[in-house]
Amino acid sequence: MMKSLIQKVRSRVNEIPTHAWLLGLLVATLIERLVGDAVAGSLGLGIIPRLFGVRYILTKPLLIPSMMAYLLVIYLVPISIVAWFSAPLIKKLPSRLSTPIFLLLLYGALHIWGGLDEYRLLVLQFILISILLTASLNLTNGYMGEFSCASGGFMAVGAYVTSVLTVWGFVNDDVFGPPALPPAIGPFMFPIALIIGGIVTALTALLVAIPSFRTRGDYLAIISLAYTFIIKSFLENLELVGGPRGFMHMPKWANLPVVFLWTLAGLWVMHNYVSSLLGKGAPGVRDDELAAEVMTVDTRRVKVITFMLSAFWTGVAGGLFAHVMGYINPATFGIMKTAEIMAMLYMGGLNSITGSIVGAVLLKFLMEALRPLQVAKWIFIPVIIIFFMIRRPWGLVSFREFGILRKEVKRAPASD
Amino acid sequence: MTLTAFLQYFANALQWGSFYALIAIGYSMVYGVLMLYNFAHGDIFMSGAYIGLFVCTGLLAISAGGLVSMPPWLILILTIIGSMIGTSLVGMFVERVAYRPLRNAPRASAAVTGLMVGLLLETTNLWGLGAERRHYPPLIKVMSYKIGGVSITNTKIMVIGVALLVMLIMHLIVHKTKMGLAMRACAYDFPVVPLMGVSIDFIAPATFVLGSSAAAIAGVLFSISYPVLEPYMGMLIGWKAFIAAILGGRGSIKGAMLAGYLLGFIEIFVAAIFPSTLRDLIAYSIALLILTFRPLGFFGEPYSAHMRL
Repeated sequence: MMKSLIQKVRSRVNEIPTHAWLLGLLVATLIERLVGDAVAGSLGLGIIPRLFGVRYILTKPLLIPSMMAYLLVIYLVPISIVAWFSAPLIKKLPSRLSTPIFLLLLYGALHIWGGLDEYRLLVLQFILISILLTASLNLTNGYMGEFSCASGGFMAVGAYVTSVLTVWGFVNDDVFGPPALPPAIGPFMFPIALIIGGIVTALTALLVAIPSFRTRGDYLAIISLAYTFIIKSFLENLELVGGPRGFMHMPKWANLPVVFLWTLAGLWVMHNYVSSLLGKGAPGVRDDELAAEVMTVDTRRVKVITFMLSAFWTGVAGGLFAHVMGYINPATFGIMKTAEIMAMLYMGGLNSITGSIVGAVLLKFLMEALRPLQVAKWIFIPVIIIFFMIRRPWGLVSFREFGILRKEVKRAPASD
Repeated sequence: MTLTAFLQYFANALQWGSFYALIAIGYSMVYGVLMLYNFAHGDIFMSGAYIGLFVCTGLLAISAGGLVSMPPWLILILTIIGSMIGTSLVGMFVERVAYRPLRNAPRASAAVTGLMVGLLLETTNLWGLGAERRHYPPLIKVMSYKIGGVSITNTKIMVIGVALLVMLIMHLIVHKTKMGLAMRACAYDFPVVPLMGVSIDFIAPATFVLGSSAAAIAGVLFSISYPVLEPYMGMLIGWKAFIAAILGGRGSIKGAMLAGYLLGFIEIFVAAIFPSTLRDLIAYSIALLILTFRPLGFFGEPYSAHMRL
């Protein structure tokens, strides 16, 4: 009796579509917005827990029960109830509307959740930018199987080019003088600045691509590493953009919707690219370059285009990063940034956009959650990453896609 | 630039290049034998310097306590030996934790665990010993000789001499011993070597021991010449030595040595002629140019068909 009930519930839960869970999350964030403060106050937490209260585990262990109660009341119960009862409704959705509704629900939940707290908003923005960075590194390192260490350098180029454009165009700055264009149109021209930043990054990527793709092997790794160092050193010597002191006064235009849309656009383009005929050459190059060549893949073209696309989106992410921070300096984009993105990629999973999302969210969340440990944080994070790498050398979600990223295979009706 | 100034810079460059060459050997060996980037090697160099500091301080305390009185040169030799042993253990630990479990995984995953182990070494040091800079006790009296207007200190001569000696020994180990033969066999055709009765689980740690010992010697010598130690000292010099190792060619000891000295020369002379902030920019650009025209480095051999990815 009991057992069959559990089985029934379990099968019902397994059938709940992702959309229903997201709807639940949206409702939960709405509830948090309405009564979050009151609940947190009555539980003795003071303010609403910022990142699901993970910090209390490290700083105030006595508050853990209150935190659990808060999570139960605000998130767990509403999400389960809503998901349970909306599942039949959502299953009736036409499949054409599935993706737009998924994205709307996701954005709504993120917007309300992030709108409650400045810190949450900042963490969300950084997580989204990291997703974009990781996915674009995945193009070269995961899909194409090369080893590029140029993420930091690409980010720096994109960030600096975009920032110089926006500061020159729309801000009254000491170096660049009064705004060259009317500041009112600034936010509308921001996408153009980002795209120019991305294009310039892709063109500098050509400098790396041309020498390194002549030979197979590890030369991309070394040349891209040297590229990162050269860019950093070059920027440190460029007095026009502040040299080692950094560059500031960027308008903070990259708010949550902007970052969300750009990340979405990036993932969409990259996902479509790797599903296209040209992009499918990239895994071919990874697995067996000679065989791919025999199968009419123009390997050189695939390599250069994949690398430049990756550089473009890394540059855009750099531009977004600069306009979230409002201040950049060359040291931000050093080898540590590259290492961070690589850790996200290889932990999340190769050859999968889903994997990049998982890795970026997980590591960024971990970095924020362990912040109270200060220096010791960088003891725990490497240990966790090494553990993950040893358990799953290909990453958590590799060679697979989930959710709306999964391609429906349309089978032709049997014609016999 | 006068001839005297040139000779002075030349001597400095020889010393500076010795450090790069010694560290680059470690990269080059691991890269040649196991085909992986040991990104933790710069931090192994840092560990070498710190272990040397502890051994040296301990020995000085024993010596001052009057139990056994040791002359400074003996302390120096014991420091180098102690640091070599300690750092070899660190190197074996890195191999065991970060690389052995991933031997059949994508090489890039192993590179990431290497990076993380390096970060772990740095932070453990920072966390355990604090951020303050540490100083080596003055072991040997620095004496300066003037030869035709060029001043050369005895530490400088020692650094260059020891570095050349170590590189000669490494070269002999790799080319004249049975273990060296096994290592070269690994570099030549990795999958076949175990079939010939050579245990990879022995060759891999042995490679790390050799590379780490060279890094330990570099660490002690570096801290005698520039007596300031900090947890992040291995990072920059490590990355540069990595580039030197690649410039030298895959797995080639003489290549690593040549490229290490070349990098030292470029850096010292760029700093002498241009503003010193341009040093990294020009050094890396020259490295990039060399790789563009010689993608395999100075003494690199083309890849065999059995490249593991």
